[in-house]
Amino acid sequence: MASSSDSSTPRGESWVWFTGLGLIIGLGMVIGLLSLVIFNGVTVFWAPQVPVAQVDDGRTIIGQLAQRRIRAGSPADHPRYELQYQVGLRELNGNSYLWVDEAKIKSETFPADVLGLERVENGPAFVRPLSLRKTDGKLIAATDAAFETAFQAEVAAASAVREKLVEITRHRIGDVNEEMDKARVALRRAEDLKLADEVADRRRQIAGLEERFAGLQAEAKKVVDGGAVASLVSKDAAGREVVVPLTQVIRAWFPNRLDTWGRVQLFFSRLGEFIFDEPREANTEGGLMPAIFGTLVMTVFMSLMVTPFGVITAIYLREYAQNGPVLRIVRISVNNLAGVPSIVFGVFGLGFFVYVLGGSIDQLFFSDQLKYNNNTPVFGTGGLLWCSLTLALMTLPVVIVATEEALAAVPRGMREASLATGASKWQTIRDILLPASAPGILTGVILAMARGAGEVAPLMLVGVVKLAPTLPFDGSAPFLHMDRKFMHLGFHVYDLGFQSPDSDAARPMVFATTLLLIFLVVCLNIGAITIRNRLRARFKGASF
Amino acid sequence: MPQIMNPPSSSRIKVRPAAEREGRKDYITIKDYGFWYGQKKALDAISLDIPERQVVAFIGPSGCGKSTLLRNLNRMNDLVDGISHEGDITINGRSIYDPGLEVISLRRRVGMVFQKSNPFPKSIFENVVYALRVVGVRDRAVLEEACETSLRKAALWDEVKDRLDDSALGLSGGQMQRLCIARAIANRPEILLMDEPCSALDPIATGKIEELIHELKEQFTIVIVTHSMQQAARVSDRTAFFYLGKQIEYDTTEKIFMNPSQAQTEAYISGRFG
Repeated sequence: MASSSDSSTPRGESWVWFTGLGLIIGLGMVIGLLSLVIFNGVTVFWAPQVPVAQVDDGRTIIGQLAQRRIRAGSPADHPRYELQYQVGLRELNGNSYLWVDEAKIKSETFPADVLGLERVENGPAFVRPLSLRKTDGKLIAATDAAFETAFQAEVAAASAVREKLVEITRHRIGDVNEEMDKARVALRRAEDLKLADEVADRRRQIAGLEERFAGLQAEAKKVVDGGAVASLVSKDAAGREVVVPLTQVIRAWFPNRLDTWGRVQLFFSRLGEFIFDEPREANTEGGLMPAIFGTLVMTVFMSLMVTPFGVITAIYLREYAQNGPVLRIVRISVNNLAGVPSIVFGVFGLGFFVYVLGGSIDQLFFSDQLKYNNNTPVFGTGGLLWCSLTLALMTLPVVIVATEEALAAVPRGMREASLATGASKWQTIRDILLPASAPGILTGVILAMARGAGEVAPLMLVGVVKLAPTLPFDGSAPFLHMDRKFMHLGFHVYDLGFQSPDSDAARPMVFATTLLLIFLVVCLNIGAITIRNRLRARFKGASF
Repeated sequence: MPQIMNPPSSSRIKVRPAAEREGRKDYITIKDYGFWYGQKKALDAISLDIPERQVVAFIGPSGCGKSTLLRNLNRMNDLVDGISHEGDITINGRSIYDPGLEVISLRRRVGMVFQKSNPFPKSIFENVVYALRVVGVRDRAVLEEACETSLRKAALWDEVKDRLDDSALGLSGGQMQRLCIARAIANRPEILLMDEPCSALDPIATGKIEELIHELKEQFTIVIVTHSMQQAARVSDRTAFFYLGKQIEYDTTEKIFMNPSQAQTEAYISGRFG
């Protein structure tokens, strides 16, 4: 007979479950958050069928279903739902989105001729086409068999024209404007210093630039006039006639006619636009290229700055500094630095980096610019450099602590062996300690990167903007413009989610952007972890 | 009485005639040497002379100060905080505490092999030539020659000559220890300190290293710390016995093992305490 005190369950076994519970809760939250973001972020690009719905009150709605939720105030046992449709045509409807009581929808049909349009302005539109007015004035009716082919061809032709226009107006005219600004500053300086020759030179240069500017404008006008003015005549749900010039159309699709392959193609086309294009319509449409690029460049620069600085500091603290109260205080301070709210670093960055450092740089190297260009600062305002530096400062403790740990973990024997062969302390550090602790140092850098890439608050103060007209990297010397303001994915999430004029339109983009930010951080980490594992493999061996 | 130890029976040991030993000059001279870790006195009044190109073994129970004394010969103990010493150690007539003598140049003349083999996480080649690299030798031919010479002296060349660029961490324990010896002799030091070099090795590897010590003796003065009486008897010309930081007896190995003058020494080597 087994006595109760002789139970086969060892004492303390229940604590295994208790500790496991913590892990399960943590994992559950992470997995839940990730699946929410991934599901909502990916479905943004998927084109579902678009119904034509008849409502009780006589209205007709053509729109893509966006949300379904329980109506406020409906009884809990018999919940009533309401549906949100994205109907588009903001210029006519006043709002792209529409809530309808589910119970009031009489019928839903999916006619094949429903056409979805993504437009340059005023967001998307869902219409039923009537006819296509081609460039030469010919009309093709929507019922014509040739309609779809002709329509897609005209859309493609119009896109080419639009891209050409963007090339002229944004890039070439932009370059001329930039040169003009520089020339004007130089002219003002020459006039002020009474350099007659240079004044004449600069005047001639400006006249030349103005000529080029006029030429480009004429070219742009010619493209607009001579190019396609094809347009689509269609009617909206209410039967109103809607004429859309095809230069306004970015993408057109028949949501109820597409087969799965077509939907997949559309999905990747939209995803490609999202990743490689610039944003439109107050960031609620278009792509995120500038933000992806900005985040990436800023994170890489931050790592490049924090690593040497942190490693050098840690080497001094661990290898050279005299043990004592001062060293202890320094260590405690470094650890506390990790707990300072990031916004405080932002304020410090603004006060010290931007105003003091940037201001001094401007005084020293760009004094002409300040004097003759209405005190426009170059480095004395937020920018990529200051963002990277601020985040480098913020993540410094992580790197210092990780490096110190890594140095301390190098076997004592290795250090002694090096010193015993007659190597100096510095040679030992450089040739033995640093290579052996490189994996540990990289762990610190990975942690720093993960923290830095997702940080938003301090960046808002030192150089991140809602919409940057130019990338920090371009074809004009010195190619990398560390003084420029830039866009950042984390800030983009905040801006879309909370600052957008059209929160319904921004909602899907918030998820997609969040997903992209997570993906970017994961990619950066995988890169760093790969390097670390390579290093580790080099130092691993069959030790007896 | 030497009922336990019977060293002369081994053919490997050549007991040199006293006259020959007398002809050698003393190379390392330790005089009234005392040493403290903080408040704790680890060595007390040590005085012994080590002749050149001989093997001297330090024996004694754990904590007797033999390793401490060995590590002071190349000032490895400088790494420890709060140390102090009295008396003096001279090598070839010059004090190792001479302010004009740099610790680095001292360590270049006094190589060291540690108890636990500690190869660097580098290739075998880079491990051996490390001491040459730190003095700035860049010439590949010189490095390669030094590498081969040292590995040959360390009896490791034939085993690793085809994989010099492989990681040293892939070697066996005995090979690693011989690699450490090769590394220690690569820049031709005058003295080789060995701190229990065989304590982590199997008997075959131990045998190889002991043979090696015999050969290296032709060129280097060797000081070896060992816990193995047999090893001390086999490899050394002279033996010093330490107990509780004091030097109990220092004489030829023959004398120490056959006819020790101190009762403590006899008790230790016969295994009655320690």
